[in-house]
Amino acid sequence: MSTLSERILLGTAGEFVDREVDRAYAHDGTGVLTLEAWHEMGTHTVAHPERVYLLFDHIAPANSSTTAGLQAELRTFARSMGLHFCDVGGGICHQVMGEGSALPGEIIVGADSHTCTLGAFGAFATGVGATDMAAIWVSGKSWFRVPETIAIQLDGHLQNPAEAKDLALTYVGRLGMDGATYRSIEFVGDGVAGLSMDSRQTVSNLAVETGAKTGLFYADEVTKRYLSESGRKTAIQHPEECRYEKEMGIDLDDIVPVVAVPPRVDSVRPAGDLLGLPLDQVFIGTCTNGRYDDLERLAEILKGKKVRVRTVVAPASRDVLLRAAGTGVIADIVQAGCVLLPPGCGPCLGAHMGVIGEGEICLSTANRNFRNRMGVGGEIYLSSVATAATSALAGELAVREG
Amino acid sequence: MQIHGKAVCLGEDIDTDMIIAGRYLRTKDRSLWATHAFEDLDPALAGRLEGSVIVAGKNFGCGSSREQAPVALKEAGVLAVIAPTFARIFFRNSINVGLPVIESGCECVEGEDIMVDLDGGEVQTGGRSYPIRPLSPRMREILHAGGLVAYWSDKR
Repeated sequence: MSTLSERILLGTAGEFVDREVDRAYAHDGTGVLTLEAWHEMGTHTVAHPERVYLLFDHIAPANSSTTAGLQAELRTFARSMGLHFCDVGGGICHQVMGEGSALPGEIIVGADSHTCTLGAFGAFATGVGATDMAAIWVSGKSWFRVPETIAIQLDGHLQNPAEAKDLALTYVGRLGMDGATYRSIEFVGDGVAGLSMDSRQTVSNLAVETGAKTGLFYADEVTKRYLSESGRKTAIQHPEECRYEKEMGIDLDDIVPVVAVPPRVDSVRPAGDLLGLPLDQVFIGTCTNGRYDDLERLAEILKGKKVRVRTVVAPASRDVLLRAAGTGVIADIVQAGCVLLPPGCGPCLGAHMGVIGEGEICLSTANRNFRNRMGVGGEIYLSSVATAATSALAGELAVREG
Repeated sequence: MQIHGKAVCLGEDIDTDMIIAGRYLRTKDRSLWATHAFEDLDPALAGRLEGSVIVAGKNFGCGSSREQAPVALKEAGVLAVIAPTFARIFFRNSINVGLPVIESGCECVEGEDIMVDLDGGEVQTGGRSYPIRPLSPRMREILHAGGLVAYWSDKR
């Protein structure tokens, strides 16, 4: 009997396999070096353009003429080769792939470390670098070492104000930044059924922060329902009795609001320990927490009030933005004094639109708090949407009442 | 394949933002990445990398998938990186760009001579020898070809 990774990769843990890649994607950041490597490989062909996606999200729209020039090259390439292309404003690559393409059981490779997000759909989804991606463009295939698996058994239900991000930070804190290196994680147990697809993507998104190749959920009725909304069909994936390298149990009822203290994602402490921490900026968005559920929760907390610190909000995709605009969520957020950014990665990687200054502190719903990441000399604390929203209203770190 | 260099010692969990910061990625100018390598860790470090072998703590290269990280080190003249463990995307990227990455728990003395014998499977430094965890056959072939582009061209 096999783990989900073994079933999808058709191999046993430890084995090296060559496999066709069902979907391969890159963005404006990693696409540039991918295109260079592809040119150097010299075939000038893409084996399966219908399986290849190029999506602009990292610096979208461009912040300088240099960036615009690099993007123009990629845009021309995508169009000339007949690739799927998503221009600026479409949203974050992982989110867009999840909204319209990813399917359970697929092998999905992205030139971005957070490709593991799509493990939420029961796909073996993992990140690679530019040259590996170029080889996939040329051959349609890649090699994989079938990973050993760590099972995280979830029981119970998240209790307000705890949310999926608190669960994600909690398991990262427990496993550590290299606790799952070369391995995959499977989220199993009765607690899974109560997690929405948006929540599952948040949980899978942080798998790479433990070094994992991917973080998988088995496709169930929740997955099926989500996919059917965009006309996709799937069979349910039933877990089998199998051998996990390690098992860890988490009772969702025990999860409390937490914060990851810079500069480590695994430096996780109860948010209650840091009350009153002065903040210069709050950022809500990214492939971790920029989905509809997140914006709805943000609006629910901010509605009719005003933020007391500059607060930057970036929807994860155009679809998220449109839905949130339609339901009044965007109006509530903007009326509360937040700055709305176009769909994309926003200031997460410190490139534009919300970079922080020397000595400034940002409370962010993103997934990385590495030194200088959002701006030289600035510090990043990571939290859930509820903690970020409550803190934005307080002007300092605060926790929502349960 | 034997590599001889001078040891540069680094700590644990060095992330890719630390190797090359995001603010330097929007270019094709590889020399720029070499100049700014490890800038946020120690601005003077890039100047000491020519002919070096980096000996780091566990989980070297964690974080993003940016291939500019191993390229920056290679362009700066780093001959090899030794660490007890690496983040997997960085590890794969390094082999793909022809930068030897070696899993070994070797002790480090700054500036000391260090010899890596990839075929013999050992690191020698400070009068001691340390075993290397062998690369998979495929990764060894890619590294010996000088990277994935060259490996790919050889296969055609």
